[in-house]
Amino acid sequence: MHMSAASKEVQRVMTFCNACRYCEGYCAVFPAMELRRTFSSQDLSYLANLCHNCRDCYYACQYTPPHEFELNIPKTMAELRLETYREFCWPKGFRGLFKRNVLTLVLAILVCFAVIFGTMLMFQGKEVVFSNHTGSAAFYKIIPYQVLVTVPVTIALLVLLVVAKEFATFWRRTGGSLPSFLNLRAHGIAVTDVLFLKYLEGGGQGCTYPDGQFSMVRRWLHHLVFYGFALCFGATVLAAFYEHFLHLTSPFPVFSLPVILGTIGGIAILPGTTGLLYLKTKLDRAPATGKSTAMDIGFLILLFMVSLTGLLLLIFRETPAMGTLLAVHLGFVAVFFLTAPYGKFVHAIFRYAALVKNADEQILSKL
Amino acid sequence: MKSNRNQNAGKVFDVLVIGGGNAALCAAMTARESGASVMLLEGAPIHFRGGNSRHTRNLRYAHDKGNGHLTGPYLEDEFYNDLLQVTEGKTDERLARHTIRQSKDIGLWMERHGCRFQPSMRGTLHLDRTNAFFLGGGKALMNAYYSQAEKMGVNISYESDVYDLEIKDGRFVAARVKVSHSDRRIAAKSVVVASGGFQADIKWLKKYWGDAADNFIVRGTPYDKGRMLKVLLDKGAEPVGDPKQCHAVAIDARSPRFDGGIVTRLDCVPFGITVNKHGHRFYDEGEHFWPKRYAIWGRLVARQEDQIAYSIIDSKSLELFMPSVFPPIEAESIQELAGKLSLSPSMLEKTVADFNASVKGGSFDAGALDDCLTVGLEPPKSHWARTIDRPPFYGYPLRPGITFTYLGVRVNDKSRVMMQNGNLSANMFAAGEIMSGNILGKGYMAGFGMTIGTVFGRIAGKEAARHAHERSL
Repeated sequence: MHMSAASKEVQRVMTFCNACRYCEGYCAVFPAMELRRTFSSQDLSYLANLCHNCRDCYYACQYTPPHEFELNIPKTMAELRLETYREFCWPKGFRGLFKRNVLTLVLAILVCFAVIFGTMLMFQGKEVVFSNHTGSAAFYKIIPYQVLVTVPVTIALLVLLVVAKEFATFWRRTGGSLPSFLNLRAHGIAVTDVLFLKYLEGGGQGCTYPDGQFSMVRRWLHHLVFYGFALCFGATVLAAFYEHFLHLTSPFPVFSLPVILGTIGGIAILPGTTGLLYLKTKLDRAPATGKSTAMDIGFLILLFMVSLTGLLLLIFRETPAMGTLLAVHLGFVAVFFLTAPYGKFVHAIFRYAALVKNADEQILSKL
Repeated sequence: MKSNRNQNAGKVFDVLVIGGGNAALCAAMTARESGASVMLLEGAPIHFRGGNSRHTRNLRYAHDKGNGHLTGPYLEDEFYNDLLQVTEGKTDERLARHTIRQSKDIGLWMERHGCRFQPSMRGTLHLDRTNAFFLGGGKALMNAYYSQAEKMGVNISYESDVYDLEIKDGRFVAARVKVSHSDRRIAAKSVVVASGGFQADIKWLKKYWGDAADNFIVRGTPYDKGRMLKVLLDKGAEPVGDPKQCHAVAIDARSPRFDGGIVTRLDCVPFGITVNKHGHRFYDEGEHFWPKRYAIWGRLVARQEDQIAYSIIDSKSLELFMPSVFPPIEAESIQELAGKLSLSPSMLEKTVADFNASVKGGSFDAGALDDCLTVGLEPPKSHWARTIDRPPFYGYPLRPGITFTYLGVRVNDKSRVMMQNGNLSANMFAAGEIMSGNILGKGYMAGFGMTIGTVFGRIAGKEAARHAHERSL
């Protein structure tokens, strides 16, 4: 079977690790490795996505360069992981987007803004868009209710479809079966692993990130982003529920649940993304791949902009700037979701899939 | 460290620590905690710091009851009996018991200095009651200790090659050091020498092993050349331990000459036959469990011509042991395998045929001393003897891999160096591999080198600081 250079390197590294095993206490990768004696390309894709890039093993390893064995687990894992993002991408024609991530983001932003502003100005006119709207249904004066429902729902369904397809591809291509996917206990364990970011704990003292010192900072920052995003997402779903089922009309009052959740979420994402970006500037690059830097940074900036524009919209929603801010915010949100399956966001899909697979095989191995 | 060097030029330190492994760091931290100014000289560059400790994984210590990383109690008497077994009595009971007593609950001290232990593991070594495993292994432990030592204010200088000691009347005055191409003299009120054995000095090994030493593989650091050991012995320190002996295990012959560490191990021997370059068997491969026998196989292979041997198994046994780093050499027939291993095909076929003919079937059990043995074969195979007949066949080349040497300097229970005239040195202390021969005269016990290093490192650091303090009064 054909193996890429990145796969071959992870295979070489894992062969050393499996004869050593000193790092087995750090994360899930090593116990998963110990269930195998040889590593197929399916195994390697799975292990690469099970790796959380905490880098603890790099600093503990006796064999990192300049040692002649030249083992660099986090770096080789990251490079293979990036390959799997492209390989499991759907539709296949979109693979190139991973390679030109910055261009993708910039183009997506331009297109989304052009479409939103263009249609707004074309259908509503300058006076409406740039004037003051307050009270119930203020947003709908800028963008009609039907549009504000159908477009996001269409995008959401599309993205969901792509994400499901990519998950399924990962599952199949790493040797997963339907029964193992239906192992609910495995899903329970994986969800807990995600919610607590168990494998950024490095056995209790955190990850060696951004440098050789152990720290929980990255884990906490990731929590801010993750839970902030979850709150914002929850706020949006709740707002839709209010509109459709409770027949309440947005904008909702500042002390309504959707606004409170969204505000807390947005406020959490700002320091979360900023902190993660800051850590990248302090990064010891030896265990890192340079190949995903643009993608990682682009994703963090995009998330930052989504939440910043959302908060600005809240603050200035009773001024003439509301129309513009609404358009900008929705533009960033649209870009975020449309590019999600083709950028850093996919780490969440494949990491979760890998964690479920890991939980499933660990349960089986202990039977 | 540059600024430190200039700032420290001409300074007389309270305690100078020579070496950069476990014992050296334990000494440096303890001396610093006692209020001494401390300079630590590590010969290796920062990346390879930590001596052989960077290749270790666990440490054995006495404890009354289990804890988060040890499954049950391990008391002094059991500990001492285990030591007696491996050394066959070649130990100093007083010092050995002292080490064991001082090791009690040493894990707590280690944790306070940055060590993290791994919750008891599922590994096959059966050490989870007696030995505490470092999370991430010895290099992670060394990283933690170096980081802690720096925080405490220990001066650390890497690539500092100490080549001589000024000793007057059994008293240390200063060390001569080569640091980044300059020659420096570092004076201190007392010194802790914790710079390991001489196993990486092939020339020295040749004194005892002749040209055979050219075929030895040094498993650990290439920096343990025993320079300080030689200087101390030349300048009147009393030797201890058999200079001719070294701890050597059989490892993969394809390993690098130095620093291959743990991954070079091979655990296949008990499941097949092992032949020398003439295709002859030379020892009972199934005498006992491999962890109890791998240490004698280093010397067994060292005695074979060209210091090479080949372990041969068939496909029945391939998955019975830990996977190897280097893939086995594979063939569909014994003849083909012999060709690939550059052995005489007819000889190897005969050896395998003779072996197969003498195998008396029993019920094979890799986890027990089973009843599969040979009858009428010389040398016999006492356990796990199964016919080698199911292709593919696999071969692993073996060479002796040296872990450490036994020769050291004699010390007392305060880690103080004893001189040949019977006096104790006033201000020279030794810790770690350089003095482990006081306690470990023969054999080895997993994780005990780290015990000796930690216990005597701490004692040496404390005593060296006390001596420096008394001199300042």
